[in-house]
Amino acid sequence: MNNIIVYCETDNGALCDVSLELLTKARELAGTLSCNVEALLIGHNVKGLADVLYSYGASVVHLAEDPRLEFYRTLPYAAITISLFKEQKPQIALFGATSVGRDLAPRVSSALHSGLTADCTSLEIGDHQDKEKQYSNLLYQIRPAFGGNIIATIINPECRPQMATVREGVMKKEPLLSPVNGSIHQIDVNSVLSEGDFVVEIIEREIEERKIDIKGAQIIVAGGFGVGSKENFQLIYDLAKVLGAEVGASRAAVDAGFVEHARQIGQTGVTVRPKLFISCGISGQIQHTAGMDGSSMIISINNDPEAPIHKIADYAIVGDLNEVIPKIIKSYKQNSK
Amino acid sequence: MTKKVRIVVLAKQVPDTRNVGKDAMKEDGTVNRSALPAIFNPEDMNALEQALRIKDLLDDVEITLLTMGPGRAADIIREGLYRGADGGILLTDRKFAGADTLATSYALSQAIKKISPDIIIAGRQAIDGDTAQVGPQVAEKMGWPQITYAEEVLEVNDSKITIRRRLERGVETVTSPLPVLITVTATAAPCRPRHAKRLLKNKNARTMSELQAESLEQGNAYLIPEWGFNEIGGDEKSYGMSGSPTKVKKIENIILQAKESKILSSSDADIDMLVKELIASHTIG
Repeated sequence: MNNIIVYCETDNGALCDVSLELLTKARELAGTLSCNVEALLIGHNVKGLADVLYSYGASVVHLAEDPRLEFYRTLPYAAITISLFKEQKPQIALFGATSVGRDLAPRVSSALHSGLTADCTSLEIGDHQDKEKQYSNLLYQIRPAFGGNIIATIINPECRPQMATVREGVMKKEPLLSPVNGSIHQIDVNSVLSEGDFVVEIIEREIEERKIDIKGAQIIVAGGFGVGSKENFQLIYDLAKVLGAEVGASRAAVDAGFVEHARQIGQTGVTVRPKLFISCGISGQIQHTAGMDGSSMIISINNDPEAPIHKIADYAIVGDLNEVIPKIIKSYKQNSK
Repeated sequence: MTKKVRIVVLAKQVPDTRNVGKDAMKEDGTVNRSALPAIFNPEDMNALEQALRIKDLLDDVEITLLTMGPGRAADIIREGLYRGADGGILLTDRKFAGADTLATSYALSQAIKKISPDIIIAGRQAIDGDTAQVGPQVAEKMGWPQITYAEEVLEVNDSKITIRRRLERGVETVTSPLPVLITVTATAAPCRPRHAKRLLKNKNARTMSELQAESLEQGNAYLIPEWGFNEIGGDEKSYGMSGSPTKVKKIENIILQAKESKILSSSDADIDMLVKELIASHTIG
């Protein structure tokens, strides 16, 4: 009772990275709170994934299996989650900020009247004092707000569970050296669900293979609005090709149609931590830098000496990217073996 | 003969956080919110377009734009009227202030119950919070199914709707019976422009508060209803700050901290030096 429950999402029969990242974070929070980490797993033929969840620290896997649950649908998944939370009374519940998590978590929070904070970039345990009462061991849900111009710490003093969603790649994913000796708690699906939970029907699914993988890249060359046009983005691709890098982009470049959304880095895109990040024509708004400031080394190219990106860069090149990028390519070809 | 289909479009007036220019920053590096223009939340525009398409497809559709906010949010309703909404309601009351997403969804659902629509369409999320929570929370409070991340209404009649939705890695086509709540993403069709005749007809649409403040006569113009706690009722404690389980503990304005950066120019010497350093440290190559 009063443990941390992580909603664990699957994709094509495998656990999503974001769920394993959340379990890793939940272990740390549970250590501070002296409670356990548990997983909620819903699907069809997913029981075999429990071993993976044990290796990420889940001491109990709450398992709901049914052929009708093969693909995510709001109503049955929400009914199972709500029923489980009412019974188990977790103090904290974490969801990936995926299209599934962002559909499910608010529905659950509304039914339980528990507060929910979306897209947290940091989760901590701390205390709170208000006029009437002292609270200890609350979940600090920390997120950028107002277009990323402020960082807000949100708390839910009274309502449980304290719920938060976190985007993929924001937290680290680390399995335990030896798995916990966990167990399965089978949820009786038929007692929870009714026919009315299946009124929405999926009539077709077309899943595209994920071709672009900027998260796994060691080197990223990213372009922003300053690149100027879709055509000129070729420069970014050229530099990336020479360095064996992936191409990333800021939201402004994606909104302007220079590149596809899958390359967007930042609060509303993916979070990356490559060993080298070369930023070209990106001003460096916090909602972008939140997705890349964990890079081991940052090189910024921007002709505005006041651009915020220069302040977080290890090497700040104040100059025109149209001039600088060809020079880097040329110098690299001359100096590398 | 099919029955009338009532649609409520949820829209929000938001500060334009996408255009935080230099004049919007104060000397201390924090945001000057009053310098940001107030706009129609972009994805709510996509939502309005999908409602208008349903109106194109069916014989008898009535679209009501519902917004919650201060008096100036009536601008949102006028904009909706110019583009094809049949009416609008401004939900405004001091009791609603300080609401988090859950208390907001409570107020909206109380108003929606009074309108009694068949379909609710909202933008996926608002750019000032990016939470995407209010839509699903309203659906839950109504006890309705929800279809989030909708990109296009493919088919609709007075009892069933078929929608294509956009997921991270593809698309899904789903059907739902009515009533249903739909949230629409930015990848959906943009909203059609203002209609000249509708603009002329509705440019004097005002709320009663606006008429009084501007000392105007209503004349033939549309009177935008203002609903407060007295109109929508419900549990007073569930509104505003007291109905919000989440509290803001702390706000930090972003002031970018300087770290040790090496400043380079675009000269050949500087670029060569940098590339050689990167190769020597095995960062590249």
